[in-house]
Amino acid sequence: MAMNTISDSTGIRLEGLTKSFQSAQGTVHAVRGIDVAISPGETVALLGPNGAGKSTTIDMLLGLTEPDGGSVSVLGRQPGKAVEAGLVGAMLQSGGGLLIRDLSVRELVTMMASLYPAPMDVDEVLSLSGIADIADRRTQKLSGGQTQRVRFAAALVSDPELLVLDEPTVAMDVEGRHGFWTAMRAFAARGKTVLFATHYLEEADAYADRAVLMAHGRVVADGPTTEIKARVGSKTIRATLADADLDGLSRLPGVSAVERRGEAVILRCADSDAAIRALLDGYDHARDIEISSAGLEEAFLELTGGEDDLVGEPAT
Amino acid sequence: MSGATSYTRYELLRTFRNRRFLVFSLAIPLVIYAAFAIPNRNDHDFNGSGIPFALYYMVSLASFGTMMAMVSSGARIAGERATGWTRQLRITPLSTRAYFQAKILTAYVMAATSITGLFVFGIALGVRMPLGDWLQTVALLLIGLLPFAALGVMLGHLLNVDSMGPATGGIVSLLAFLGGTWAPVASHGFLHVLALALPSYWLVQASHVSLGGSGWGTTGWLIVAGWAIVLTRLARYAYRRDTNRL
Repeated sequence: MAMNTISDSTGIRLEGLTKSFQSAQGTVHAVRGIDVAISPGETVALLGPNGAGKSTTIDMLLGLTEPDGGSVSVLGRQPGKAVEAGLVGAMLQSGGGLLIRDLSVRELVTMMASLYPAPMDVDEVLSLSGIADIADRRTQKLSGGQTQRVRFAAALVSDPELLVLDEPTVAMDVEGRHGFWTAMRAFAARGKTVLFATHYLEEADAYADRAVLMAHGRVVADGPTTEIKARVGSKTIRATLADADLDGLSRLPGVSAVERRGEAVILRCADSDAAIRALLDGYDHARDIEISSAGLEEAFLELTGGEDDLVGEPAT
Repeated sequence: MSGATSYTRYELLRTFRNRRFLVFSLAIPLVIYAAFAIPNRNDHDFNGSGIPFALYYMVSLASFGTMMAMVSSGARIAGERATGWTRQLRITPLSTRAYFQAKILTAYVMAATSITGLFVFGIALGVRMPLGDWLQTVALLLIGLLPFAALGVMLGHLLNVDSMGPATGGIVSLLAFLGGTWAPVASHGFLHVLALALPSYWLVQASHVSLGGSGWGTTGWLIVAGWAIVLTRLARYAYRRDTNRL
């Protein structure tokens, strides 16, 4: 199997990847054995709550962190070699999300361009990233959203084959987010591979071809975003319903699973609108009805069974 | 223009645009010099040594000012790390070697500017010496600064923004004091042996060429080279392990 991946010169392959850290609380198993393959030209979202292992995975993908076990292949190379060849652009997460000071936006992007063998035209990148109007401003005088867009420009000016974005829209307002994703799509449309980490399901759904769902250092789902959405984006109907027949309830339209908790039943729904109509039609003694959407964190816990702690379990 | 050259060019541009940094590392030695040398400019026999006050103070400040300029240039890395910039730079094709060269060259430009400022000031106050002495002093100072360039880069990768100022100030002042920048600490015994083993001592000897000193013997060259090698290794190590998110 390892032989295949070495000879495969395209895309990204992560195989059996593990990484642990020592912390005050003991060993943290940040990544516990993940396998992901990304084809060239795909836009993939790495989706998961904080602490899922997304950033650690990205650090290993970029060669910033050595994995404890497993292998990484980026465009048929070791991560370090792919970086050296100028094939990878990345927008990392950082404490302040800041830039180095005392350069203008244009100078910073021009400097980044000069480090690569075949960069894009600086003016083209400035306008693609929506920062042409602030090109002459000093980097220490930008708003949070502007800073993020400059970092995006710095990541893509090298015209990379692979663009990696670690929670790129964190400091942006709604309008800024929209502009940002439009620019990302425009770049992906040039046949580039894009991997972005996010904890927003909506971002994964709207802008990725595929989502890899991570929780507790493992991949818990991997597929088209519609599939993931059906799994984690489901709503829950809770009702007090004495003597309910669980079989009957589970056959209601839109219901995917039924569970009893004392007097109450919990219906997990793929289509909560259809389910609630059917429930009210068929079970007129249902009381105290609540409909809630499962948050991502909650859904992740459910997908992973919620039992495995991040700390203290031996690495796999 | 290659990536390494371009990166160095922008490093210099950034350094010379940072007014606060320039004031603290370049202007302060000049201000100290002005404060002490101007009132004493007619003292041509400092402490009975036969050396003019303006000259003695000029070379003392040249070694202290350049040491400070070197170490604090490198220590600015701590601020860049805090922004995530150093990690960003690691995922470009810029090599570790090019990164170090740019940092060290920038520090040298700062040090050279500092020396030039002091020497011009000194000449204006009537300091005169043979051209050969000027050249030998400058050449030895520049070589003697190599360990401090590496020290700055190393500290920049180990310290955080809050500890950077006090740590560099403290370390440089201690090295300057023990190395005899202001006055020899001891002429024999433990403190003298300790002084001989420090790179700052040889920096002071370099500046004292202009006071009739003999520069470095074999011992001096070996000690400076040893510190340069060890500190460069440590700086590389500090850079390599410094990959974590902050």
